[in-house]
Amino acid sequence: MNKTDVLIIGAGPTGLFCAHQLGIIGLSCEIVDNLDKVGGQCIELYPDKPIYDIPAVPECTGEELTNNLLKQIQPFNIKFHLNERVEKLKKNQNRWHVKTSGGVEFDVAAIVIAGGVGSFEPRKFAVKECEKFEGNSLFYSIKNKSIFKNKTISIFGGGDSALDWAVELSNTSKVNLIHRRDGFSGAEASVQKVKELNEQGKLNLFTKYQLDSIIGEKNIEIVKIKHDEGEIKEIKSDYVLGFFGLIMQLGPILDWGLNINKKNVGVNTENFETNVKGIFAIGDICSYPGKLKLILSGFHEGALAARGCFKYAKPNEKLRFEFTTTSKTAQERLGIKK
Amino acid sequence: MAKITYHTHDKKTHTIDIQNGLTVMEGAIQNDIPGIDADCGGGMSCATCHVYVKEEWLDKLPTKEDGEEDMLDMAFEPKKNSRLSCQLIVSDELDGLEVNIPSKQG
Repeated sequence: MNKTDVLIIGAGPTGLFCAHQLGIIGLSCEIVDNLDKVGGQCIELYPDKPIYDIPAVPECTGEELTNNLLKQIQPFNIKFHLNERVEKLKKNQNRWHVKTSGGVEFDVAAIVIAGGVGSFEPRKFAVKECEKFEGNSLFYSIKNKSIFKNKTISIFGGGDSALDWAVELSNTSKVNLIHRRDGFSGAEASVQKVKELNEQGKLNLFTKYQLDSIIGEKNIEIVKIKHDEGEIKEIKSDYVLGFFGLIMQLGPILDWGLNINKKNVGVNTENFETNVKGIFAIGDICSYPGKLKLILSGFHEGALAARGCFKYAKPNEKLRFEFTTTSKTAQERLGIKK
Repeated sequence: MAKITYHTHDKKTHTIDIQNGLTVMEGAIQNDIPGIDADCGGGMSCATCHVYVKEEWLDKLPTKEDGEEDMLDMAFEPKKNSRLSCQLIVSDELDGLEVNIPSKQG
């Protein structure tokens, strides 16, 4: 059981800065995120794309912003729990018991949901029978690549994951790469490599095709793919891999009794608390009149929510407003030596 | 101002006057038309405002920017007439545009 003052759900910029604000006012926190890395949408959706509207930062990428925030919260030694999705929530007197998908448990005074638009989950095939094979001979991510050795794999997608796996698996497996158009969104070097391998007969590239249906009893046997013009091809396959990026799902948060409307959680603008006492929501996931989905708004919301958490974490203490420029206590917390 | 018609998956038709300058996505969100999620808020980075444009409109719409086709790779059941509705800015020229909203966005 991890005992801490506040649990932050989501390691995007808003969650990271909220951790900073909690640290400044002397509260401890830990952060859970469903992804395998810190940064949220900034890292998952646009690590290399520039951002121009962070105050006093004329231009930075999603990755730079994340790294700078990590540097800013370094003094607080915050513990991250990545690859974990918060599943269960239980009120225990004045505190909350929280349990994640991987069985990590927390005992906290308050919870800050900084979950963006939900947790990232792989996008799935539209074809219905895919569900039947999922986890058995159809996958959206690869955990153990050795199962593919000497088998026939049909990979769908045109981004980096699809291209990289097609190239790698072509060494030891028979690979078909199927994509809906001639263009690819993955790195140019990988696209060239795939085309080379295709010409050398080391993998089979099918463009302008999409999955039509799958035939098989327990395991996949044949994959039918359909061309833009309607032609259908049957290809023998032992495994199917789909790489269509990630989509955001609210998940278990839906069952927490929060006031949710269209994937957003209603909050007050005084301290960004939800209708449930002790649970706050900040960043893209919260909604209130005039809400702007900007990173800078998330920072403001995080600063206020952190102060809102104080009365739950330290009910007998009074929070005094201080500037980091002049406050000795704040500077000590930041580890600044003079 | 343009009249935009949204055909939703429940076989309902919504024809709405949308102000110039808003996107087809914003028009749907502001009028509570179901089926468009627009998770990223219009940043061409999520593919959850995916629509099918009525064929005859395909050539009349502004061409896709680089990132739009990449994002459409991620969309649920993309077709030749797929567009991201956040990239379709309403103007008088779009008066009469009809789009079909897919059964789901992901």
